[in-house]
Amino acid sequence: MTLLKIDNLHATVADKPILKGLSLTINAGEVHAIMGPNGAGKSTLGYVLGGRPGYDVTGGSVQFAGQDLLALEPHERAAAGLFLGFQYPVEIPGVSFVQFLRESLNAQRGARGEAPLSGGEFLKLAREKAALLKMDIEMLKRPVNLGFSGGEKKRAEMVQMGILGPKLAVLDETDSGLDIDALRVVGEGINATMRSADKAVLLITHYQRLLDYVTPDFVHVLAGGRIVKTGGPELALELEEHGYEAVAA
Amino acid sequence: MSQALALPTRKDEAFRYADLAALAPLWPVSVERIDVSAGESKALQIVHSGSAPLVRELAIVLAAGASFDLRILNAGDAYGRIAVRAELGAGASFTLGAAQLGGNGQTLEVVSEVTHAGPDAVSRQVVRSVAGNKAVVNYLGKVLVRKGADGTDGSQSVRAMLLDRTATANAKPELEIHADDVKCAHGCAVGELDAQALFYMAQRGLPPELAKRLMLQAFVAEAFTGAADEEALLAAALKALEDML
Repeated sequence: MTLLKIDNLHATVADKPILKGLSLTINAGEVHAIMGPNGAGKSTLGYVLGGRPGYDVTGGSVQFAGQDLLALEPHERAAAGLFLGFQYPVEIPGVSFVQFLRESLNAQRGARGEAPLSGGEFLKLAREKAALLKMDIEMLKRPVNLGFSGGEKKRAEMVQMGILGPKLAVLDETDSGLDIDALRVVGEGINATMRSADKAVLLITHYQRLLDYVTPDFVHVLAGGRIVKTGGPELALELEEHGYEAVAA
Repeated sequence: MSQALALPTRKDEAFRYADLAALAPLWPVSVERIDVSAGESKALQIVHSGSAPLVRELAIVLAAGASFDLRILNAGDAYGRIAVRAELGAGASFTLGAAQLGGNGQTLEVVSEVTHAGPDAVSRQVVRSVAGNKAVVNYLGKVLVRKGADGTDGSQSVRAMLLDRTATANAKPELEIHADDVKCAHGCAVGELDAQALFYMAQRGLPPELAKRLMLQAFVAEAFTGAADEEALLAAALKALEDML
């Protein structure tokens, strides 16, 4: 089943064209990795899919789970099953993770016509997903991302992904800022949460190292706002060895 | 403390941003004097809500070692002005926590003058204001440390959040120090809700009104931290926020 179909997507940031005809299809059950040099448009792709203000689509279409993704507001995209893992997760003073995530999950459930989770039900779910990422539940009683190290923020992103249970996770450089142990934990978390027949993952990354833990079915090279090459996991190794210029030329 | 009968003008510093038209029918305002005797603790909570204007003038005198905790929720639909003068004796402690929430065209203001008259007194002021639409929120706060009031520990934390470009926040924290051994901190900022945080919250599924409410609730809560009736104040503030958004 096709989960995401991006067709000839063009997008600008502050009137500067960044995505220039990007096409990509992701089926349920697949893990895709997008690699590419700085400035290729990798993060822009994530933000455009998430609907971040200031990232303007100027052409093309995106279908997500049978809906026109671009017609939805950011919170509606989340409720439809899209999760964007941030490269730089945002700190929100005074709002605890527990409160934030329970409100978020229940807003999503409400939009899908599902009953809200009670406080007890939510905490049980949160505890289970935090344990999967080896994160102390006490951390989730603290304000969102405040005072967290870079690695803790990324781990918390994965806990949030586990709790919200999306259909498609677009993870923007989730591997940056992680030490080797945290990288393994995060990789295992992605596998445990998202490796299933009805879900898919799009990993946006600079490096091959996360792909040692989460083996992609497809690897794409993004350069100049378009996908210029697609291959299997071996393409990532080739890129690591020879660099983007040589491989994507 | 006497009050002139003539209606103040904008040239009177404490009324610089006041809604003088709304003030006129209530003028002159009688000063409510509160004495806190040595070692005694008192608290007062002022909630301005509803459609009638509210103007109050307090003069609080704290004897040695006395303490006073004043919390204000200034969130009515009409003019709201709470002016307070506090004079602190040796080792006294004064707390002012105020939240102002305005979402139409009203003016809401807190005016404070805290005088450290004796040594080793502590004053803490936290003011959080939220203004939307054409509302005007003001804080004018002066901390005066008299000669000989060594060991003074005073702080003013003043922040305002503007929800619309048409709203106004005026903040004027002032320090006047005539003693040597003094610790006085003040911070003042006027800003907007963090757009990055709003997108982050939306991406997790929160509709914009709910995301704004969560952030503003947290922002306002800082004014009520440690209040005896913290939960009731927060609940009242939350209701005012819901009406605004």
